[in-house]
Amino acid sequence: MTILQFFLWSLLKIAVVTVVMLLGIAYTVLLERKLVGRIQNRWGPTRVGPFGLLQPLVDGAKSFLKEDIIPTGVYKPLYILAPILSLGCALISIGVVPFGEPNVGPGGMHLFQIADVNIGLLVILGITSIGVYGIALAGWSSNNKYSLLGSLRSSAQLVSYELALGLSLVGVVMRAGSLNLRVIVESQSSKGMATWNLFGGFQFVAFFIYLMAAYAETNRSPFDLPEAESELTGGYHTEYSSMKFAMFFMSEYGNMITVGCVATLLFLGGWTSPLGELIPAPQNIFVHALMPIFWFVLKVFSFLFLYVWVRGTLPRFRYDQLMNFGWRYLVPLAILNIVATSLWLAYQPLHR
Amino acid sequence: MHLILFIVFAGLCLAGAINLLLQTHPINSALSLVVVMSSLAVLYLLLGAEFLAAAQIIVYAGAIMVLFTFVVMLLNAGREEHTMGSGVARILGFPAVAVILGVIATVILKAQGLGSAALSDPITSTEDLSRVLFRELLLPFEVTSVLILIAILGAVALARPGGDERRVGK
Repeated sequence: MTILQFFLWSLLKIAVVTVVMLLGIAYTVLLERKLVGRIQNRWGPTRVGPFGLLQPLVDGAKSFLKEDIIPTGVYKPLYILAPILSLGCALISIGVVPFGEPNVGPGGMHLFQIADVNIGLLVILGITSIGVYGIALAGWSSNNKYSLLGSLRSSAQLVSYELALGLSLVGVVMRAGSLNLRVIVESQSSKGMATWNLFGGFQFVAFFIYLMAAYAETNRSPFDLPEAESELTGGYHTEYSSMKFAMFFMSEYGNMITVGCVATLLFLGGWTSPLGELIPAPQNIFVHALMPIFWFVLKVFSFLFLYVWVRGTLPRFRYDQLMNFGWRYLVPLAILNIVATSLWLAYQPLHR
Repeated sequence: MHLILFIVFAGLCLAGAINLLLQTHPINSALSLVVVMSSLAVLYLLLGAEFLAAAQIIVYAGAIMVLFTFVVMLLNAGREEHTMGSGVARILGFPAVAVILGVIATVILKAQGLGSAALSDPITSTEDLSRVLFRELLLPFEVTSVLILIAILGAVALARPGGDERRVGK
């Protein structure tokens, strides 16, 4: 493949993935509104389009058309930079996620992955850790004490839970022997659900830690203290309006999708079928290429469903409870998981 | 291609470093430092050290600098003040920096057998890196981790509420 072809294919993939991601974000918002509605015994949006399916478009138009107010007291460069940084980081990290089987494109190209990086997992962690600045700067530059408190909470929370998140993934990485997301998926693909890291790999403790840390990392309930509206009016985005507010909103849902993708890749076998070889591989080349995408989207969807379900069910933690839970329970548990996994991995070749 | 990227990111790195010194507001300086560290990560990547690049982003730009900005925000530090010393520092500072740079440059240029690193495609995989780190350089690695552990213990001892006074009181 020449460099020009590579460039054009990459541009095409980026365009398609970005559009799908933005649509996914829009409809995750709708999913959340519908589901939380049902949980609270009401309908959720129903007026616009059939079942309220056009609601995200109307929401988007509303955000665009609203007046964009920049308060006089803000520190303008950072005030404007913050939402861009937030949304940018939320959208970039999807670039290393493999959605389907490799080598299906023309010339053995990875059609369903923008970039196949050796250290894909670390790239995602790195971009997530940069995303903290979006929230931290938003709160500080707003020149509002509620915003500042929200962003202080958020930075402390994100830095603490990033540790638990990273440590919980080490067990999976050790099992796969690689940081490449494609290799990690392939390492758990042989017998469907039985070889998923979650079940066959005995990484359910790690999955539990990852789940908890992921809720905290994406500022989602029950750990949504940075935007606890009963204490901080709106948290770090109190002073934001119109599209800038919408960008924070989108980045939150974008992060949810990314976290769901990572959970799918690392614990739920990625694009592989949960039934393994029970279903014979389809003969049609298009079905063969699209089935993995179906499984992948289904797994990410169930993760998003769980997210909304938890939000509809659990009350918010108190801040000291949050910090205690992170440092006193999750981090030691994650370290124990690493020790147990490495002992098991060291024991296995002896036993065989 | 490598050269273009190197020039772009080396330029960005230098611009960030100069901006760090020129900015009067601490948070702007901290953010310039983030730019410097991120572009350094790209330079590592260009040299084929992918794990180092990722670690640089995650540890320095993602964790340490977040704590820096956290502290700056928490103290709500204002603009930097000009005291009597800052005028002297300005007069003496530039010649001193030039001299130090000159000394370092001559030492590096005179030194023999440093080996060379090229901007190139081959990438040192994480596996190779860990093999070197955990086999050949195991002792220095472990000693460094003990050193960091001691630093953490020291920080905890300093931060313990009233730990110092109690000992003095007895």
